[in-house]
Amino acid sequence: MTPRRVLAALAILALTAVQAQANPEPWQLNMSPGVTETSRMVYDIHMLILWICVVIGVLVFGAMGYAILKFRKSKGAVPAKWSHNTTAEIIWTVIPVLILVGMAWPATNTLIHMADTDDAELTVKITGYQWLWRYEYVGTDVNFVSKLDRDSDRTRMLGSGLNPADVRTGDQNTYLLNVDNPLVLPTGTKVRFVITANDVIHAWWVPVLGWKQDAIPGFINEAWTRIDTPGTYRGQCAELCGKDHGFMPIVVEAVPREQFDAWLAQKDAEAKAAATAANVPATGDALAVVQ
Amino acid sequence: MATHAAHHDDHDHKPGFVDRWFFGTNHKDIGTLYLLFSLLMFFIGGSMALIIRAELFIPGMQIVNPEFFNQMTTVHALVMIFGAVMPAFVGLGNWMIPLMIGAPDMALPRMNNWSFWILPFAFLMLLSTLFMDGGGPAGGWTLYPPLSLQGGNSMPFVIFAIHMMGISSIMGAINIIATILNLRAPGMDLLKMPVFVWTWLITAFLLIAVMPVLAGAVTMLLTDKFFLTSFFNAAGGGDPVMYQHIFWFFGHPEVYIMILPAFGVVSEIIPTFARKPLFGYQAMVYATASIAFLSFIVWAHHMFTVGMPLGGELFFMYATMLIAIPTGVKVFNWVSTMWKGSMTFETPMLFALGFVVMFTIGGFSGLMLAIVPADFQYHDTYFVVAHFHYVLVTGAVFSIMAAAYYWLPKWTGVMYSETLGKWHFWLSTFFVNLLFFPQHFLGLAGMPRRIPDYNIAFSDFNMWSSIGGFGFGLSQLLFAWIVIKSARGHGPRATAQVWEGAKGLEWTVPSPAPHHTFTTPPVIDDRVLAHGDVTH
Repeated sequence: MTPRRVLAALAILALTAVQAQANPEPWQLNMSPGVTETSRMVYDIHMLILWICVVIGVLVFGAMGYAILKFRKSKGAVPAKWSHNTTAEIIWTVIPVLILVGMAWPATNTLIHMADTDDAELTVKITGYQWLWRYEYVGTDVNFVSKLDRDSDRTRMLGSGLNPADVRTGDQNTYLLNVDNPLVLPTGTKVRFVITANDVIHAWWVPVLGWKQDAIPGFINEAWTRIDTPGTYRGQCAELCGKDHGFMPIVVEAVPREQFDAWLAQKDAEAKAAATAANVPATGDALAVVQ
Repeated sequence: MATHAAHHDDHDHKPGFVDRWFFGTNHKDIGTLYLLFSLLMFFIGGSMALIIRAELFIPGMQIVNPEFFNQMTTVHALVMIFGAVMPAFVGLGNWMIPLMIGAPDMALPRMNNWSFWILPFAFLMLLSTLFMDGGGPAGGWTLYPPLSLQGGNSMPFVIFAIHMMGISSIMGAINIIATILNLRAPGMDLLKMPVFVWTWLITAFLLIAVMPVLAGAVTMLLTDKFFLTSFFNAAGGGDPVMYQHIFWFFGHPEVYIMILPAFGVVSEIIPTFARKPLFGYQAMVYATASIAFLSFIVWAHHMFTVGMPLGGELFFMYATMLIAIPTGVKVFNWVSTMWKGSMTFETPMLFALGFVVMFTIGGFSGLMLAIVPADFQYHDTYFVVAHFHYVLVTGAVFSIMAAAYYWLPKWTGVMYSETLGKWHFWLSTFFVNLLFFPQHFLGLAGMPRRIPDYNIAFSDFNMWSSIGGFGFGLSQLLFAWIVIKSARGHGPRATAQVWEGAKGLEWTVPSPAPHHTFTTPPVIDDRVLAHGDVTH
């Protein structure tokens, strides 16, 4: 291959890698840069500290490897007598301090960015239950639960005889990563989440959003996101919450703002109609509407 | 019992089997008991890990149901932490501290017997819960409420077992402090003690400080469940997050309780096989003390996702990052000790070198976990599982193996098979990395910890990890075989010195070490102390 073709191939590979990284992939080695500004900041910090650790590791293990090869008795090495070197000790105390400051700076900025939940255009309340999630769009009557899809649920039973590889949505394997009712969110909109739980502690985590947040009974935690690109983003409960902890996934369906507004208006109307019907003295008609 | 013991004060008396192993107060015998108990627990806890890895071998539920899977992760951790790693270090301390400081025994020998004999009963009780109605504890070893309060009848048994382990640890720690501060031979100044003794002294203070905190936390769980209190129940005005703060105030120093003695072991072994004094002895001691101090002010880095205020997150991030400084000093000092030495690579040295490399890898991932925004992604994933197994298995456990090979000839009087020992090291090192390194990738790709089943995307590395797990587990049978062979006296006779470069009082007594040593204090020759380095 010519260098140009190699470059082209690498570029395609890089592009597909970014595309494919929305959800976990076989042989995935690294964190996904995600689909929000926040998740990219987190990814950048992750890569920064990873590379700093790699460089320090190469230096330390390199020195150690050199010592192991060079200063061995079988090669006639004679042990030195010294056991101090104040200059070296000062250097390897001060330099790590500077490196740590270099890491703490971007980490602090990102953290301040993540903590700022002001000016959200939409608030969603998330409640964790054993073992499903409830989503409420604050200010509307839209309110539903989201739990593991039936295909995954059948397959995951002990001795079900079903093959997890057969649980698919489109061309993707969605075993244990699919739900009946996804959380629908608008793209390009700052969405604030208030997160709590009703029984035990859960944690709400969609990796491509760049954070997880514990859902704790008696506490209201806050977080926010602004999703750049439409898509289906999958995650899981991340805090041990009992026997079905591994079986309460999270699916976010990110759609363009107009589509979301239409969806929300329709769901709100349906919910209001259902609520009104429920308040009407029970007649056959009202029951039919509730159905 | 009292009259019984009174009859056996005579040193020349040869006690019978029961008297020696059940009622004995000799530090060497109790050290042996601790070490054998720890080995047994290592295999029991390891079997549980293999059940976990067998279920995770391929996606889908094949072997156990999720309830039992959660019991396995919970009890595996409790057994390994309180039954394998901590008693192993107490055993090493019991055997070696009196020998290293020229004391005839531990300062409080009867209490020593008691602190050991509590443990088998504590673990019998803990393990028996697995056979109870409703099974053993399944809420994770951290016992977070409200989940842990949902458990069945096992709860009070587990809490009582934890109380017993705590009492055992506190008594062991008191004994070690009393021994080191009171029974040093004349001339064994504090800053001339072997580093292993130093690290144990500091560890013992950590134990006394935090085991009562754990006892308090689990007692509050008990009263919440059975006596209608609401310490951690939000519906009754309590606070589930408060439990986590109290637990990790114990839990983080606990991490260093399991690693500081490992630092001590490695600081003994590397100078011996590099034939060069330990680089920066005083820096090592002060670094250990700094780590111990910092361990008290970093606990909330285990709970960055609970929703702390920004200021709290920043404080715990900065404090945690500081730990990298003294830990770095230690690693640099070990490498400098090797620099311009004259190294040989017997099994203890191999395990010590493996420790330095792989513990450092665990330290790197620890530094990454300290960075709060990144931790929001890493937290409660397999990345964390990989991290703490690198520091606990290739860290603490590798140092225990290194110590076992290093002092085995002193304990048994015979040399173990160097060929088998090297096989054990290389098999363990290969498989343990196959076991834990891919777990970094799994965590970064989005696999949460403590799940019994997973998406197809995670299947390849889980399979690698399971193969590594079984390989590592089976390799330890070789270790048991080597130890049993030596204990039965098979092998070439060991000299008193054992290792060419060994320095310290323990190498001045014959191998095997006689039942009673240093009944009269030894005359300290400064050149045999601190690996020949007394110039500081």
